[in-house]
Amino acid sequence: MLLTITYEGQNTQELGFLLHKHPDRTQEFNLNYGKAYVFYPEVSGERTTAALLLDIDPIDLARGKLGSRDGGLFDYVNDRPYTVASFMSTAISRVFGTALGGRCEQREELANKPIPLTACLFSLKDGGETELAKQLFEPLGYRVDTKRTLLDEKFPEWGASPYINLTISGTVRLCELLNHLYVLIPVFDKQKHYYTSEAEIKKLLDHGEGWLSAHPYKEKIARRYFPAKWSYARRAIDILLSEDADTGETAETTEEDSPDDTEDKTRTPLNKQRMETVRDAVLASGASSVIDLGCGECRLTSLLLNEPQIKKVTACDVSVNVLEKAAKHLRLDRMAPFRKNKLTLMQASLTYRDKRFEGYDCACVIEVIEHIEPTRLSAFERAVFEFALPKTVILTTPNREYNAKYENMQENTLRHGDHRFEWTREEFAAWTKKICGRFGYSCEIRGIGEPDETYGNPTQMGVFTKNGN
Amino acid sequence: MEIKYRIEIPEFCLVAMIGGTSSGKTSFANRYFIPTEVLSSDFFRGMISDDENCQDVSSDAFDLLYYAAGKRLDHRKFTVIDATNLKLEARKQIIALAKEQNVHAAAIVLNLPEELLLERNKKRPERNLPERVVRQHCREVKRCIRGLKREGFRFVHVINSPEQLENVEIVRTRLWNDRRDEHGPFDIIGDIHGCFDELLNLLTKLGYQKTDGTLIHPDGRKAAFLGDFCDRGPKNAAVLRLVMDMVKSGNAIAVPGNHDAKLLKYLRGKSVSEAHGMDKTIAELNACGEEFKAEAASFIDGLISHYVLDDGKLVISHAGLKQEYIGRTSSKIREFCLYGETTGETDSYGLPIRLNWAADYRGRATIVYGHIADREVKSLNGTYCIDTGCVFGGKLTAYRYPEREFIQVDAREEYYVPVKPLDTETEVDMEDMLTVGDFNHKMHITTRLLPSVDIDVNNAAAALETMSRFAADPHWLIYLPPTMSPCETSGLCDYLEHPLQAFSYYKSKGMKNVICEKKHMGSRAVIILCRDAATAKKRFGILDGTRGIIYSRTGRRFFDDLETEETLLLRLYDTLVKTGFFDDFSTDWVCLDTELMPWSQKAQGLIRSQYAATGNAALHGLTAAVKALSQAEKRKTDTSEPQTATLLEHFKSKLDDIDRYIGAYREYCWTVNNIDDFRIAPFHILACEGRVFSGETHVWHMETIKKYIAVNDPIFMATPYLCVDTEDDASIQKGVDWWLSLTEEGGEGMVVKPETFLARQNHTLLQPAIKCRGREYLRIIYGAEYLEPDHLTRLKKRSLNRKRTLALKEFSLGMESLERFVSGEPLYKVHECSFGVLALESEPVDPRL
Repeated sequence: MLLTITYEGQNTQELGFLLHKHPDRTQEFNLNYGKAYVFYPEVSGERTTAALLLDIDPIDLARGKLGSRDGGLFDYVNDRPYTVASFMSTAISRVFGTALGGRCEQREELANKPIPLTACLFSLKDGGETELAKQLFEPLGYRVDTKRTLLDEKFPEWGASPYINLTISGTVRLCELLNHLYVLIPVFDKQKHYYTSEAEIKKLLDHGEGWLSAHPYKEKIARRYFPAKWSYARRAIDILLSEDADTGETAETTEEDSPDDTEDKTRTPLNKQRMETVRDAVLASGASSVIDLGCGECRLTSLLLNEPQIKKVTACDVSVNVLEKAAKHLRLDRMAPFRKNKLTLMQASLTYRDKRFEGYDCACVIEVIEHIEPTRLSAFERAVFEFALPKTVILTTPNREYNAKYENMQENTLRHGDHRFEWTREEFAAWTKKICGRFGYSCEIRGIGEPDETYGNPTQMGVFTKNGN
Repeated sequence: MEIKYRIEIPEFCLVAMIGGTSSGKTSFANRYFIPTEVLSSDFFRGMISDDENCQDVSSDAFDLLYYAAGKRLDHRKFTVIDATNLKLEARKQIIALAKEQNVHAAAIVLNLPEELLLERNKKRPERNLPERVVRQHCREVKRCIRGLKREGFRFVHVINSPEQLENVEIVRTRLWNDRRDEHGPFDIIGDIHGCFDELLNLLTKLGYQKTDGTLIHPDGRKAAFLGDFCDRGPKNAAVLRLVMDMVKSGNAIAVPGNHDAKLLKYLRGKSVSEAHGMDKTIAELNACGEEFKAEAASFIDGLISHYVLDDGKLVISHAGLKQEYIGRTSSKIREFCLYGETTGETDSYGLPIRLNWAADYRGRATIVYGHIADREVKSLNGTYCIDTGCVFGGKLTAYRYPEREFIQVDAREEYYVPVKPLDTETEVDMEDMLTVGDFNHKMHITTRLLPSVDIDVNNAAAALETMSRFAADPHWLIYLPPTMSPCETSGLCDYLEHPLQAFSYYKSKGMKNVICEKKHMGSRAVIILCRDAATAKKRFGILDGTRGIIYSRTGRRFFDDLETEETLLLRLYDTLVKTGFFDDFSTDWVCLDTELMPWSQKAQGLIRSQYAATGNAALHGLTAAVKALSQAEKRKTDTSEPQTATLLEHFKSKLDDIDRYIGAYREYCWTVNNIDDFRIAPFHILACEGRVFSGETHVWHMETIKKYIAVNDPIFMATPYLCVDTEDDASIQKGVDWWLSLTEEGGEGMVVKPETFLARQNHTLLQPAIKCRGREYLRIIYGAEYLEPDHLTRLKKRSLNRKRTLALKEFSLGMESLERFVSGEPLYKVHECSFGVLALESEPVDPRL
């Protein structure tokens, strides 16, 4: 809600001209969800500070504006009115639009000159990603200083706050500083107060002109700028990369936000290895119809659709949102009829008996069971091995022992927040044995991913075959 | 008097009209059947081509016609197919449909003189067909008549003259298995297998008395025998004699078993294997003479494979019956009634593996059957297998209907050694796995409190995800608490909510007496506690050895750490044992509605990510803003610029709001170091064996909790309460004062309820509870600054209709699931209600992709 910009040097009162805001007056501006104020806490020859203060209306945020048909975007209790976030970028362009464009007829020379500037941003949400501020601002030549407190001093066990007070200082043109802030503030905080439209791509590129394509973290910036719009981020990145290639610099790519981001990136990603291994196992089983139970975004399903041996694939997930993503990922609406006829996408649960699961040669349960409550596993076991009863069941799950190899994992934690358990190799083997005994299957256990002498492979796979087939 | 030409057809069957063009099929059908019963090919031709005579679309028209016929038959509706049906292919299709639907096919043939038809044809300008066609049709009609029975038409009626046609009388007859008008009461008796002494014992125990050579019940009850009278046991002929006499004298009904069917084959002179104890029966019957044998043969031959009784509420059959077979007839159904359905595979005893039809049964009728001997009666989804293996040394069982009691007598001895011992444990407990097909569509739930609660498919899809990913074992979820509506917003300027509105709501609904209960600020927790794991297994079907659970309002296990749960349950158990709760209520389990504290225990994630986070962000943002504004204000020389001062005041007041907000949420957080830091405040004793406590007043609940639960273990707290008379101003003032004292220090507030658990005005169900939350507390709900006058004015405009409707629906579902569980309804019927509550609470998603 508060951004201050300080100019240190001589005749620093000139900041008022650069910002087109008189230092002796407090000015008010109307914004979509509240008001913005500009005033000057300090004015002197050596040091002048301008403040941009937002007063966001929390009721409008929660309920939607009076007369608007849309409901609110946020809860009543929410941090938006108090943080520096997308509202601040909007306010910068609204209130300091001329300065942002670099225009200043009265002090043209000063506007075009790098000057010592400091910006302070209060309550900026980096979600505890301490390196982020440095990654974003240091490459642009700023000194970066962050302050973080406890979330609640009465409860130290709750840990540190996800917000920082950020100070950046450097010798830059004012319009550069404003553009950096305009683009990078929303990069901190993925929550936006507006619906991201295609026009945002152009805004990003315009305000990033001259610096973003050379920024070592440009891909990260683009992705976080369009948190829910992967395709927009992709297009922005493509343009940025091509600009960058023109300037002859090499692009340093940074993988981020991939589902397996705790895993080794230098070789074939584990997830890809896993899917390919499973696909090969499906083909080796001789199956021609497969049901992918807990299909996620249909990575396995799309591999299987490429195989002539497979005539029918049904992909299920319990989450409709995930299925919608899968449909997009598969480009279901544009899929050729022949391919589409092989595929069924449906919502299904693995803890209920489901007649639609019956009659497949092979069922794949890839990285799914660790998401099921241990007390509900018996329902899953029956749903698959007793009722669906496919000839082959291929199941993978993490090998807990291997977690020791992941440097950024703390001891006794699991690989994903939604994992209810992870098994050691011994535990997995014991479970497969129990399943085989109870339901009349035989199981062969294999590892997936680069093996470690002590800890084994990162993923363990069981290939169950129904006895008597 | 005119002589009528009687055409008898079953009231439920598929009728084919057969006749050439101009034979008057359509006018016949229109005259004797109601319009919707008649599916005419002309109509369907017209439907898709606008031309009833367009032969080009015939194939599509018939597709539609048969589809519609299938749907009618699905709904057990009498159906007439009005088409020429002269071609064998067409009739084959009708027979196939009748077979698939397990209904009789009937044919009504119009075999009228050729000349008459030719004449009529001439008078039909719109459909004047060449003479040869008419002649051809007449020949085809005559030709097909003889073969109709053979083709599969069970009833064939031929009308040969215009006179006959004029004097037709259609009589719709009842199906043999339709005994819906018989209301019993019945004593349904399982497989006897020649155990005459036990049978006689049982009948005596049931109250039957020997009168005029047969057994008669003085209250007019009827015995219903489930078949398998003979084989393996010691006195087969005597059993047959008794059963035949009781049936003949109208004191019993009977369905045949597979052993009886086999006996009939033998008596008819066909060769059968005499294994499975048949040799004994044959020897006995031979000793009884030919007359007896003939009588037995005709008796068995006359038995109907299943009966639908008591307005369709009761079905009996030897081996059970699938839902879609009830009240239909075909050889397939007869087979099923005699033998059940098997996979074709055999188990380790060499016995056929049976398909568990009862697991899929969702019908409303109670089905009582036998055929598969087990040590105990097996019940599943409203079906009861009462073959308790008398001949194998088990028991002979009777199911008293409508009393729904089991009366048993022990076998005198093991007359026959079973291939598979009666006590064999089934390896996997097959009984009650929920099937997704019951829940992933639009649901229509009938409850005792509200006639119907509809669940939209989009909400069901969302609930399916929550249930699958987070909920505890559905066997435990016999209740999910409803949402609660707040009171209307207050007219007082500093309050959003105030108890006066709650009092006036109940007063306006005719409720004089209400109760105010202190609202604890914790998390809603439902607790189920059984005396021991064995009770949990027997009563709840919980197989993991636990004896209770604490779960949240979304059905999720409250504690990830099972040890904490177990310890708290143990503490509760100790208390209940000490206070004699289990004995006083003659129960082995109890279900409680409680509030569990601290709030920070369950809501920790939310508190950190939302409540504390907002407080932290605001504190730093506002502190910086106030500091910057103070600086600007201090620097200011020009006092004609008043805005900075106003702004400073404004932001100082925001900072103050945030301080109070942080204070408010901190109130409900404390760190749990050990089990004694938890607090549990029960406020409803929901149910125990045989009882749902919705008939008791809230004062009863409060006092009973004080007496049995909140006794000396500090974990369990009583809830302070106050009774208020909504028609007495002094009493109302007391209520308001109490609320003020509760909330001034940041307390959450109170819940106002009618004095009775269930309250209605006329027939309309009232809100079961209304919450009035404290002024400071509401900062956690509506944001730190909600009391700013500008905010408060806007917040006061809120509509409660949706919330109140939801509260009533969820309350009805919650009570319904308890009632269903207590009365022993199947798991899916209980789960349906909990699932419904979760669905109503979910944001809808669209499951269609």
